Amino acid sequence: MTRITVGPFNRVEGDLEVRLDIERGRVARAEVTAPLYRGFEQILEGRPPLDALVIAPRICGICSVSQSIAAASALRQAMGVMPAPNGVLATNIAHAAENAADHLTHFYIFFMPDFARASYAAHGWHSAVAERFTATKGSAARDALPARARLLETMGVIAGKWPHSLAFQPGGTTRAIELGERIRLTAIAASFRGFLERVVFADRLENVLALSTPDELDRWREGRDGDFAHFLRLADALSLADLGRGPGLLMSFGAYHDADGARFRAGIRSRSGAIEALPVAGITEDVSHAWMRETSLDPAESRTVPDADKADAYSWCKAPRLAGQPVEVGALARQAIDGQPLISNLVTSGGSNVRTRVIARLIETAQLALSIEGWIKALRLSEPFCASSADIADGHFVGLVEAARGSLGHWLAVRSGRIERYQIIAPTSWNFSPRDAEGVAGPLEQALVGTEVGDAGARAVGIQHVVRSFDPCMVCTAH
Amino acid sequence: MAGSEAMTRMLWLQGASCGGCTMSILESGASGWFDELRQSGIDLIWHPSVSEQTGDEVADLLEAIRDGRERLDLLVLEGSVARGPSLSGRFNMLAGTNRSIYHWLLDLAPLADYVVAVGSCAAYGGIPAAGVNPTDAVGLQFEGSDVGGALGSGFRSKRGLPVINVAGCAPHPGWVMESLLALTTGDLSGDGLDAVGRPTFIANHLAHHGCSRNEFYEFKASAEVMSERGCLMEHLGCRATQAVGDCNQRSWNGGGSCTKGGYACIACTSPGFESAQNYLQTAKLAGIPVGLPTDMPKAWFVALAALSKSATPRRVRVNATADHVVVPPSRSGDKRSP
Ligand code: SF4
Ligand code: SF4
Repeated sequence: MTRITVGPFNRVEGDLEVRLDIERGRVARAEVTAPLYRGFEQILEGRPPLDALVIAPRICGICSVSQSIAAASALRQAMGVMPAPNGVLATNIAHAAENAADHLTHFYIFFMPDFARASYAAHGWHSAVAERFTATKGSAARDALPARARLLETMGVIAGKWPHSLAFQPGGTTRAIELGERIRLTAIAASFRGFLERVVFADRLENVLALSTPDELDRWREGRDGDFAHFLRLADALSLADLGRGPGLLMSFGAYHDADGARFRAGIRSRSGAIEALPVAGITEDVSHAWMRETSLDPAESRTVPDADKADAYSWCKAPRLAGQPVEVGALARQAIDGQPLISNLVTSGGSNVRTRVIARLIETAQLALSIEGWIKALRLSEPFCASSADIADGHFVGLVEAARGSLGHWLAVRSGRIERYQIIAPTSWNFSPRDAEGVAGPLEQALVGTEVGDAGARAVGIQHVVRSFDPCMVCTAH
Repeated sequence: MAGSEAMTRMLWLQGASCGGCTMSILESGASGWFDELRQSGIDLIWHPSVSEQTGDEVADLLEAIRDGRERLDLLVLEGSVARGPSLSGRFNMLAGTNRSIYHWLLDLAPLADYVVAVGSCAAYGGIPAAGVNPTDAVGLQFEGSDVGGALGSGFRSKRGLPVINVAGCAPHPGWVMESLLALTTGDLSGDGLDAVGRPTFIANHLAHHGCSRNEFYEFKASAEVMSERGCLMEHLGCRATQAVGDCNQRSWNGGGSCTKGGYACIACTSPGFESAQNYLQTAKLAGIPVGLPTDMPKAWFVALAALSKSATPRRVRVNATADHVVVPPSRSGDKRSP
């Protein structure tokens, strides 16, 4: 057996270190380290509760709107206010724009460049992939970055700027949209659809979303242009469906709430495929392998106290568990739990794996483009965007949202008008958690086992695919 | 890399950061940031979010720079320098190298022609330095507004400049690109920086200049609750009359800005902005905002405010506390000859 260390791990948000025990050319055991701790929960303690709207978004530059919304949602409970319906719609539009922009950034900037690596040069498909996807040089970034920037112009209208906006308040959003601005939003949504239909899918979004079985997907991709079909062919050539098998249990907090409920419903999906209600009270955080002192397992009661010298610890990330189990979160979980036909069928037949994680993100992006169009139309321009705020009550409050990478929760305790405790569990805290007290490995640690390394050692590209298929955000992970 | 000798070699590192400065800069450039860099003669030798090289390839590159085998023209840091615990830097290790970002920076910064702190974290410590500052986070050459920081007050890069602070949380992508390019063209020198290291072409403006609420400001016609159209200074915490930056003279994400978005400037370009509290409420003493425009004596402000309030046109007064325009501009000036 040999032990190898992989890091710095780039093209993720932040940095991570993976230590692998290799037996007969395959990963036998993995340990994942989040190497950065900043202490947001400690920074928030003692402050006026509304300061969370300034501090919490700055946990993460790539999912800052999600962090804002989680904080605003917890504060909304503390105030007992109902947000203005327009504010809910405007929040959904901005949130969906952020999540879709994140999916594009992941696909084009973080994930695909690994297939352009020289280690694949012997494959017949390599030269076309290298032309399109080589990091910082391929032609795809010239399409994707301007499309991303254009989509983020949504923020210029709704949120003032991105990242890090104060537009998302307990009562709604802070800028009332006028007619000209609604038209601009419509034009931005139209250019987003145009980019997806021309460059990503080479087909109408409606046709893409009508695909419901793995066979239909295979037939659809034959001879098709577009980067999605390109990925599907690569995924087959490299058997990416056999790579990076997740732990099986999936979770979603539910996303984009409006008058009709959640656009993507909340729940869990068990290994057997049963969809059940979300048991929020079953969420715990174990610190047995984190450089953290023990306080409480319950995020509503726990605090974050770093201890850099703790024995047997190997990450700044705590280990979130649901009823004691590690859980995978993200677009795949969200879509499988929502019952999206294609993703449900893919997960039923092949579980969660590198290929299906990527498919789920792009299918979700297509859905978001349509939802954004609907929410823009639903705005009622003569009505308010922000309800008045109210005094903040003492007590325990929870804000649960879905960020691009999965379930994000803020647990807020207010006492005497100040933040007494603030606990954050981010998507990658779930996916890249260390082991728990029972020694059960986190989702990535499990997904890496069995990955072929061969003679490449730490440079094995399979490791890169598995890690990046989760779209990790390491700045959120330990925060 | 072909042609790389003539190009400016830029290394971008992330410390205790949220990655938001990178998210901002990725909005730059009509055909994307990578094209823009190439067209500007900058060779991005490594950036953690976008480059192909990973693992030992990166460690090899950093060692080659450290040992003088590779040239480094621009060193960019995004994120604060987490020095703790006890100056070990262990709150922020560079994975795979068994070495902290803090210690890597101590090695690399003296070897660069110019060192650029992108964002208020890298410049002054920023949000990670707030409150109890759990990780002993500082900026590269400042700790809040005190010179020092990770590299020390005496630090000068190879071209004799202190750290250039492109402050902002997150900074406008234009601030970052223009500062980098001004360095590559030799147009940014020590006297082009203000007392806390910010390029004066940005810092000689106030965030208040060009705000769409300026007419409300002039009449002290103020918004009282979020989403109203009036000036945000009197009640809702706006610090833009004291915060530097041409924020309201630029377009953010195709046309926005903080105050256009309906919320206060929280002075994110200023050292120590993270230590404020109650950001969206104006702190007042005897009914007068504590934070007045930097160069305005208080008595003047009080007298002017009283005068302008008494002279406020109805349009401005009514619209200030509405979220839509209720009273449009008078049409009397629209007369057209038939
Ligand atoms: S809202 Fe702020 S920036 Fe705008 S006019 Fe008022 S004080 Fe100036
Ligand atoms: S307006 Fe104020 S808070 Fe907004 S970017 Fe400028 S300095 Fe920062």
